[in-house]
Amino acid sequence: MTDNNPIKLYTLCLYSENTVGLVSRVSVIFTRRCVNIESISVGACSIEGVTKWVITAKTSRRAMEKIAAQVERCIDVLKVFVFDDEEIIYQEVAIYKVATAPLLKEHKIEEIIRKHSARILDITDEYTVIEKTGHYSETEALLATLKPYGLKQFERSGRVIVTKSTQEAVTEFLEIQSQRLANNTTNS
Amino acid sequence: MENNHISGAEALLKSLICEGVDTIFGYPGGQIISVYDKLYDYTDQLHHILVRHEQGAIHAAQGYARTTGRPGVVIVTSGPGATNVITGLADALMDNTPIVVISGQVASDFLGTDAFQEADVVAMTQQATKWAIQIRRPEEIPAAVARAFYIASTGRPGPVVLDIAKDAQVGMMDWSHERCRAIRSYDPCPKINPQDIDEVAQLLETAKKPMIIAGHGVMIANAEKSLLEVAEKGNIPVATTLLGLSTIPSDHPLNKGMVGMHGNLGPNSASLEADLIIGVGLRFDDRVVGDFNAYAPNARIVHVDIESAELNRNIKTFKAIHADADDFFKALSEKIKPTNNPEWLAKFDTRDKFETEKVINPILKPAEGPLHMGEVIRAVADAAPKNAICVTDVGQNQMFAARYFRYHADKSFLSSGGLGTMGFGLPAAMGAKIGAPDRTVCLFVGDGGLQMTIQELGTIMAYNIGVKIILLNNDYLGNVRQWQELFFNSRFSQTPLVNPDFNKIAEAYGIRTGKVTRREDLADAIADMLSDDKAYLLNAAIGSDEMIFPMIAAGTSYEKIMISKNENYFPLK
Repeated sequence: MTDNNPIKLYTLCLYSENTVGLVSRVSVIFTRRCVNIESISVGACSIEGVTKWVITAKTSRRAMEKIAAQVERCIDVLKVFVFDDEEIIYQEVAIYKVATAPLLKEHKIEEIIRKHSARILDITDEYTVIEKTGHYSETEALLATLKPYGLKQFERSGRVIVTKSTQEAVTEFLEIQSQRLANNTTNS
Repeated sequence: MENNHISGAEALLKSLICEGVDTIFGYPGGQIISVYDKLYDYTDQLHHILVRHEQGAIHAAQGYARTTGRPGVVIVTSGPGATNVITGLADALMDNTPIVVISGQVASDFLGTDAFQEADVVAMTQQATKWAIQIRRPEEIPAAVARAFYIASTGRPGPVVLDIAKDAQVGMMDWSHERCRAIRSYDPCPKINPQDIDEVAQLLETAKKPMIIAGHGVMIANAEKSLLEVAEKGNIPVATTLLGLSTIPSDHPLNKGMVGMHGNLGPNSASLEADLIIGVGLRFDDRVVGDFNAYAPNARIVHVDIESAELNRNIKTFKAIHADADDFFKALSEKIKPTNNPEWLAKFDTRDKFETEKVINPILKPAEGPLHMGEVIRAVADAAPKNAICVTDVGQNQMFAARYFRYHADKSFLSSGGLGTMGFGLPAAMGAKIGAPDRTVCLFVGDGGLQMTIQELGTIMAYNIGVKIILLNNDYLGNVRQWQELFFNSRFSQTPLVNPDFNKIAEAYGIRTGKVTRREDLADAIADMLSDDKAYLLNAAIGSDEMIFPMIAAGTSYEKIMISKNENYFPLK
């Protein structure tokens, strides 16, 4: 069926077991539908033994939900959620390495740091390393500000998120599963 | 006391036995030789079929799995041995077939060095399997085997791969086996919600033009009885998909035929008019739906599937129910009331009569001309025992077999439906016969597909596998030829085949053969073929310009159905 849903940035939040090979299994599901992954961040969550992935991609809600359904089919994937930006609290970290001399020459460094709520990680005669946590547009704004001073290096992390619910989105699912597992063991 | 301090290779075999395996299809090689060495001691418990090519092994395992309902087991070596089964894995994934492939792998220390016969099998097979894992230590084997069988055979069944490094096969371990009972991330048994069933029963009560479409999922769930109960209690017409064939007997009055590209006029036309379609255990793929945007414009669609990812995937449903087909039909039969829509049912019969006169009779009762595929198939079906299994290859032979064979017993149709793998037929028929030795297995295969896996005649010879091979021989790649004639100005690009003497080939393998070119010899030839339970090749000469109709051109809606090259049927007119 034709998909007329608007294209925007969606966040796929995936909870899984920590097993080898899962990243390629999941990423190919995006590839097959020609959807480019904008950012990915994988790590621990508040539940021991559960890995949390946050993947962002520009596509329609319907296409992202289809991807989510296919991802959820993978063995060792526990549960998958699709969010738009209104449904989550999210951040990215960016690190900028700028030449020190031009920054000092214009006496703008303090103003820039204050205005962007950034912080300085390291200063040498040659370079200054600045860190900024925020939304994409905010780290992008600082990037634009710093570029004229001679940007030497830059990297932005994948998105990390928490939901607006009181617990991890996967908690209820895990409770149901542990009950199911307990039943399966006692029944046989 | 039994010594359980054993090698990984022996642990593998003992764990297979614990999982109920007694038949293995395989081919030895350097990196799996330790397993084959141990197999030498277990031949009393594990019957190994040595195929002639690994693709033959996996298709045979598919045939075996689909007739027995138990996982088909394949053992191959590393590198090319493993890559040769990938077509079969993709086929089994599409057609939901429980398969466990065990592939040898180079020793852990050599992984990633491009060692001799090394291939990254797990990476290569991830997209063609339900689960794939590499094993590097012997002590990992029993749990991996248990998990493999659990995943392959439960929920929506599918293929899995265990890629076992050489050192894991040779290393020693203390063996014990425990079957897998549950996996946290994977719930194969969705629970029926009683409210959903009430709602479907309600929909059926108010519907004037309801239809059930039964797919492969009905067969996999062993839901043939409960489907029939619902259909009969509710007096609801039933159509099947290609792989749903034989879930309801051919001669049952509520069986209205097959949907899809080459389906029957009755159910295909009905999809345009129906106000309620209950689709159970099917994917609503392009061959069933035609044009995704124009399918069933007047129907509320209830889609029942054990795979939640299939729900609302291809078509938008009115009601999506995540459930096992048998659970669904059993629950529904408790709630269902008889419907009374005689005009609706009569429409199927009118269209059926039209199709019989226009399309079917000219094939079954021709006055003259060369043999038709359909008449050969029907003659075999009529002469064969009622519980015979119809296996097909892919192409015209498949569509004619689907349409003209008769199904009286459960699990009587076996074909590569989703992937459409030419060469599937011969090895799959072999596996089916091994899985169901008491049933007659009739393979309908074209001259193209037969030559893709013809080496398996050697396996048939070696193990006396009594497959009846009906070669529908038109010296063409007939299905592509048909499309070329219909849509490409009869430019027969690379479809004529220069063929060998197939009878001589089969005879070289000690297989009895027959040849039929004339209509009046057909019955005798088939009687000769069916006179014993041994392998037989019947070479039937078919007219090279034969075409299969009705046909709905790929991606188009059901409003125009071709019933011959120059004639269309318009259901809504």
